[in-house]
Amino acid sequence: MSATEIHDPNRRDFLYVATGMAAVVGAGAVAWPFIDQMRPDASTLALASVEVDVASLTPGMSLVVKWRGKPVVVRNRTEQEMKDGEAVNLADLKDPIARNENLPADAPATDANRTTPGKEAWMVMVQVCTHLGCIPLGQEGEFGGWFCPCHGSVYDTAGRIRKGPAPENMLVPVFQFISDTKIRIG
Amino acid sequence: MSEGHSTYTPKTGIERWFDARMPLPRLVYDSFVAYPVPRNLNYAWTFGGILSIMLVAQILTGIVLAMHYTPDSVLAFDSVEKIMRDVNSGWLLRYLHSNGASFFFVAVYIHIFRGLYYGSYKAPRELLWILGCIIYLLMMATGFMGYVLPWGQMSFWGATVITGFFSAIPLVGDWIQQLLLGGFAVDNPTLNRFFALHYLLPFMIAGVVVLHVWALHVVGQSNPTGIEVKSKTDTVAFTPYATIKDAFGMIVFLFFFAYFVFYLPNYLGHPDNYTVANPLKTPAHIVPEWYFLPFYAILRAITFNIGPINSKLGGVLCMFGAIVMLFLVPWLDTSKVRSAVYRPWYKLFFWLFVADAILLGWLGSQPAEGSYVFMAQMATLFYFAFFLVALPVLGLIETPRRLPNSITEAVLEKNKGGGHHPAGATAAPETKG
Repeated sequence: MSATEIHDPNRRDFLYVATGMAAVVGAGAVAWPFIDQMRPDASTLALASVEVDVASLTPGMSLVVKWRGKPVVVRNRTEQEMKDGEAVNLADLKDPIARNENLPADAPATDANRTTPGKEAWMVMVQVCTHLGCIPLGQEGEFGGWFCPCHGSVYDTAGRIRKGPAPENMLVPVFQFISDTKIRIG
Repeated sequence: MSEGHSTYTPKTGIERWFDARMPLPRLVYDSFVAYPVPRNLNYAWTFGGILSIMLVAQILTGIVLAMHYTPDSVLAFDSVEKIMRDVNSGWLLRYLHSNGASFFFVAVYIHIFRGLYYGSYKAPRELLWILGCIIYLLMMATGFMGYVLPWGQMSFWGATVITGFFSAIPLVGDWIQQLLLGGFAVDNPTLNRFFALHYLLPFMIAGVVVLHVWALHVVGQSNPTGIEVKSKTDTVAFTPYATIKDAFGMIVFLFFFAYFVFYLPNYLGHPDNYTVANPLKTPAHIVPEWYFLPFYAILRAITFNIGPINSKLGGVLCMFGAIVMLFLVPWLDTSKVRSAVYRPWYKLFFWLFVADAILLGWLGSQPAEGSYVFMAQMATLFYFAFFLVALPVLGLIETPRRLPNSITEAVLEKNKGGGHHPAGATAAPETKG
């Protein structure tokens, strides 16, 4: 083919490949900060944990705190609400997984698994509908739990999806009782 | 058509000086004065020009609004009210901008439907069509982000729902959503980046518009017959014929636009957006801007799991798929005849598709309950069937009507009842341009 004899791969091939590789790595290194700056910044992450004083909550009372820009409901459930939650047959649940970040990802959605051991009366839950992110209303709907006015999803007293378009139970975030009357969320 | 060599002759010394150095006057002359356009273009062809002035109007009003607006989650809502009450002529500029967005979409939908009706996407205009689809996508992104800026309840919850689509993507969905929001929920970082991008995207649209017009001037305009220009008698000069017709179309369009700006400025908006954004309270019924409603209806129509795809991801895929269909149209349509004028069955299906799109729009504004859901599912099915079944199959089984030999013949045939012209003479003035 060529007039002069060149052994392959030759020095020029090496330069082509090396230059090409350097260009690819360089382009990636330049692109990354532009993508990286889009991610949640330090001040947003600093809000990733909040402490809530729940001493004033008697059974049947709730409060809502803002955590990561989303409402988290803390509810001291009544005896009746706990009973209703425990009485549910797991086979009737649309989403049989606990969705509790304090438990393994495949834990079943029993009433106990939606709460924390020894504090079964307390529901701590991100009050955001798992359908399209609306905020359900508390103590409404046919199961006495939560009801989303946007597209009609109905949750029970343990925040589990029972009816409507939402695919999952509402999320139980990472939380713990740091004293009898204080909860740290996140 | 643009292959014809330039007929520009610089007359004055300064024109000759420019022409030898940077022939911009020649480019303008060849593109917008001597440029030959088919003589039978109807008013559906004036929307390209109308869209151009709407883009310019949006950029102009947008730049001055940005001088008074504050992209901060605490101040944004009040700064918009300040524009409405305190800034001189601020109310007018804001109403021009917000209604301008709606009328931009009115024009683009007519423009797209015109392309579908007359088969304007067929070879050699596939790239022209795809560039148009890209402009449409950029317009949707711009419109969505612009609607977030006033930081009302619909702004906030619309942004929540729409960025929530991305969380449906398996594995990386949550990461992408946080990347878009700059946090775990819509908040100040979201507002800031949406403002920056809302300012950027119109200029990207302008860039793609240049490519769109360039591609148009390479292949030439299609026309109501769908027959390519064959001889000089098939065309007229852009100026004055198309210029005057476009200008008249613009005036009529701007008349309707002005009517909305002055008499119905909030008709196309939502009253909930005059309530400041509240991350802890969702409005009872979230609806996007009217121009997204058909896609919103498709999103909500998927209430069932499809194999491993859950209903949420399925809805998102269908919604984006509905737009992908537009990109594929040049290859889905198998007919060799462009214009629906000569395709009786396609004409029927085209109008059914128009009706379906309007039905989907109406369903998108209704709550997703009861019979609305079933209707939305049927309308979604028809939407996809039009592209994936009707377009490929009709081209194979339909017998088109006889095509005229040329544009000139079509025009003269249409005017047979009128004055008698010798075949060589140009037609009556009202059919020009």
